[in-house]
Formats: sequence, structure tokens, C-alpha cells
Amino acid sequence: MDIPKDLKYTESDEWVRVEGDTGTTGITDYAQDQLSDIVYVEHVVGEGDSVDKGEAHSAVESVKAAADVYMPVSGKIAAINEDLEASPELVNTDPYGEAWMVKFEISDASELDDLMNADAYEKFCEEREH
Amino acid sequence: MAYIPHTDKDRQEMLAEIGVAGFDELYQDVPEDVRFPDLDLPESVSEMEVMEQLQALSEANLELGHASCFLGAGAYYHYVPSVVDHILRRNEFYTAYTPYQPEISQGTLQAIFEYQSLMCQLTGMDVSNASHYDGATALAEAVILALNTHRGKRSKVILSPAIHPQYRQVVRTYTQGMDLEIAGDEKCDNGPEDLIALLDDNTTLIAVQYPDFFGHIDDYTELGKAAEDVGALFCVVANPLALGLLKPPGEFGADVVVGEGQPLGIPLSYGGPYLGIFTTSDKYVRKMAGRLVGETVDTRGQRGYVLTLTPREQHIRREKATSNICTNQGLMALASVVYLSTMGKAGLRKVAELCYNKAHYAAEKIGQIDGFKVWNFKPFFHEFVISCPRPVAEINDELLDIDIIGGYDLGQDYPDMKDHMLVAVTEMVSVDEIDDFVAALEEVANA
Repeated sequence: MDIPKDLKYTESDEWVRVEGDTGTTGITDYAQDQLSDIVYVEHVVGEGDSVDKGEAHSAVESVKAAADVYMPVSGKIAAINEDLEASPELVNTDPYGEAWMVKFEISDASELDDLMNADAYEKFCEEREH
Repeated sequence: MAYIPHTDKDRQEMLAEIGVAGFDELYQDVPEDVRFPDLDLPESVSEMEVMEQLQALSEANLELGHASCFLGAGAYYHYVPSVVDHILRRNEFYTAYTPYQPEISQGTLQAIFEYQSLMCQLTGMDVSNASHYDGATALAEAVILALNTHRGKRSKVILSPAIHPQYRQVVRTYTQGMDLEIAGDEKCDNGPEDLIALLDDNTTLIAVQYPDFFGHIDDYTELGKAAEDVGALFCVVANPLALGLLKPPGEFGADVVVGEGQPLGIPLSYGGPYLGIFTTSDKYVRKMAGRLVGETVDTRGQRGYVLTLTPREQHIRREKATSNICTNQGLMALASVVYLSTMGKAGLRKVAELCYNKAHYAAEKIGQIDGFKVWNFKPFFHEFVISCPRPVAEINDELLDIDIIGGYDLGQDYPDMKDHMLVAVTEMVSVDEIDDFVAALEEVANA
């Protein structure tokens, strides 16, 4: 299981990459593996929307289930990855790279402190396996 | 599987669990005097006597085979080839309900796949679902699709007043409580230009009918472009039989084409069961309600059919689904497939031409009667409006005495159109019957 060290993680299996005031988020390798083949990604927010931490920005649908994807921290949506609509399988092949879902301006950087680092997330995933 | 009914003990346990002393208590919200009414039923009679009584009752009906029908307004009397019923009544189709293990029902899936393919060809669209209950609910689902496409950020729906009045009512019923602004149908003469003027960036969907409720065939190309300019979806409510002759709405920019499939091999039968057609373009397929059958190959490379999108409502999506309507009219969809396959492209066009020509013959003759005028001011298909010298209800009563079913009284739905009758002419009336109808109108006008 791939858990990049430079990212932060939520208990609902989203990752966030912080670059200055901008956050980029998507779902983790663990999440895509659990969902199996992703067949659809739908964004439920648009550019310019302010979305609170824990609110859904996208929904992913696999052959097994559908799941909402939540904002790891509050932010104002700067970009959405429209490529995923045509190529949802990117979520399976490159969850941390090409399958980023939304970019946003971070509203409150202190919320980042509530997230897990890679080690904590790895432990969190392992615990769920048992 | 054994059928194991609840025992008295089970029942007592259930009552105890919900804290009710006895079954009577469950009825306490029903007023006491109607709680257990005395049914006062007559003594039972033999099957033979029942048949006699029912026969007598059915003979009180005016059956269409013994009348001339000029009533349409959304439900049309067309010839249904006998092969349609023969196929429908095969028990493989007739007795089957929703295939809950769909892939084992290859015949049902193939029939739906054929249906979808034919609907796409007729409407000129990319995808069709497996059908809805009727044309009205299909239109309401188009509104839901548009709202979801705009993620609830747009709240205005423009409906042409020349969409079937009951369809517009169903849209209002479906969307009540959603805080939508439904505009456009306040005035009965709002044409495409008036509707275009209502478009704005809060408009989620604009819908028109083709041919419209008054029979008009409009060119909606400009309206489609105007809708696209503001990012609104453009929906066309089409009569599929007319599409045998007319340009498919997909060719003038429709995003969704819905319609009532009844004219395609489905009898009038008091208003149902009918068939809701719903087609759209590829980009909205994920927002489309209902189920979708796809063609694929199995592990041995043989052709097979699968339910491609049904899990969305019933299994995977559930509370996330944009619509929970997934019932389709399987049997009626099959009827339309058999009808279209029997008629073929040329046959369907021929029926449409017969309707068109007979309607125009009738309109010309009626227009010559003193007191009657043809109201239509644009090309029309098989239905047209006449203004009458007397109330339509009175005229229809007199026509019924001589076994003619007159047209639809438009004053019921359009206050400005009092004494206006919507006349439908299909291939089922002969030229002699049209002449008799014209003569009868002439007589009632002078009565």
C-alpha cells in the first residue's frame, strides 16, 4: 500500500497536499483498493464554492459501491479535475497524482493540525484490517 | 420455499414489542363509524351469472370499432397489428416481472436493448433508458435530470403552454417543495420567441412539445441554440409516431427527448398502461433515471445482455441516486418494439403520412362550414384546433348520439380557448367517416 510521506490524511481516506495556501485532495490508495474498479467520478461542487471541512466535494462510484469524498479541511474550490469524468480509472492507477479531485484555497490552516501524517494513517489502516 | 405464516404467539410478541395491547388499537385513527362497516354484499352468484352481468355491462360501452374517433390530446387511436398481442402474450414475457436476477432473463434484456436502440433512432439521441410509466413522468424526470446537472444551483424551468396540460401538472406535482420557478405556460399563445425571452442563467431546463398540444410542428432550432447559450438544457416532448415523418429532435439540438409511446402499438385502454420514452445524449447518461441495458460478450465471446446502470438506484447509489424511479414498462416497451419492427421505417412513415393527409383533408372541409374556423396558424401534423359556434361539450353530446367521438374541449385547460375543439385524425378513420363528421358538425352548428 502506497502512503506518500509528504501528504496528510483523514480518517475517511482522503489525502491532502499542501503547497503554500493551496490544498490538493483526492482519495488514498487504500480507499481505491477497497472500492475496486472506479467507474464514475462526479464533482458535486464547482469552482468558487466555499466548502466546509467534512462536506462532500465529489462522489465516486465503483462496481461495488458509491462513496462521497469529503473536504479534509475547509476551503474555496480553485479547480476541479474534469479529466476524471472521462477517465475514472485514473483513481485506481494513480490516486495521488493524476487522480487529484479538487484544488482549493485553504481557509483555515489550523484545521490541518487535525489530520494524520503518513505514519499515523498507515497505522490507522492496519488497525482496520484486523 | 415453505410459506410460514405468523403464529398467534408471533403476533402477540410483535404487538408487545411496539407497545400495543391489541389489533383494534392499530385502527384508532380511523373514525369509528367507518372502522368496520357493514359491507352489505349481495348473495354470491355462479360464474355463469357473473359473466352475463359483465357482458351486459360491457355492452353499455361504446367500443371504438363501432364509432368514429376524433379525440386525441395525447392518446391516439391507431391500428395495432395482431402480431403485437401475440408476442406480448407469450408467457415468457407476459408473466415476468422485473428480472431481479437480470442476466438470466436474456430475452427480456434483449427486448429492452432493442427498444432502447429503436428509441435512439427515432429521436436522434445517443441513449435511451428502459422506459418510464408514461410521457408525463418522463418529462418530470427530464426536469430532475436538469436540476441535478446544475447541482440545484438553477431553479427556473420554462415550459411551453403548448405542452400537454396534464404533463405540466405532473411536473408541478413532482417538483413541489423544491422551490422552483415554473414559467412560460401562463399564456396559451406563448410561442418559441416568447419562451426564448424568458431564458436566463438561472434556467435549468426549457421544454417544448413536438408536434405541440395544438398539433403545430415548430422549428425549434433557434430555441435550442438560445438554451445552449445560457447553459440550460433543452427538452423536447415528442410524439414518436410523428417522428416517422418529422426531423428527429436530436438533429436540432435537443438534450433530452421524452414522449408518450402509446401510439406505437399500444391500445388506448382507458389511459394506461402506457409507455414513457426517455432519451438523452451521452453526457447525461449518469444523471439519467431508470435502468439501461447494454450489449456485451460473455467469457466465451458470445453476445449477451446486461443491466448496465441499474445498480445505481437499487443497490449502489440508493440515497445518493438522483431519482429513485427505476420501474420500466417492460411489456409496453416490448409492444412498441414489435410494432416498430412490424411496420418498419417505410411503414411508420406511411402511417404518419396517412394521419397527416387525413387530418388536413378534415381541416379543409371543417374550415368551409359556416361558424367553424381552423385556428392553427402554423403547419400541423394530425391534430388541429377549430373554433366552434357552440360549446364543445354540447356539440360532443350530440355527436355521441350518432356514434362519433368528438374532439377535446380546450376550454377545460385554456380559459382563452373556450369553444375551441382539438380534433385528432388518425389512419383509423376513413374519408367517409370524415365526411360524416363534417356533415354532423354542419348540422349541430345550425341546430
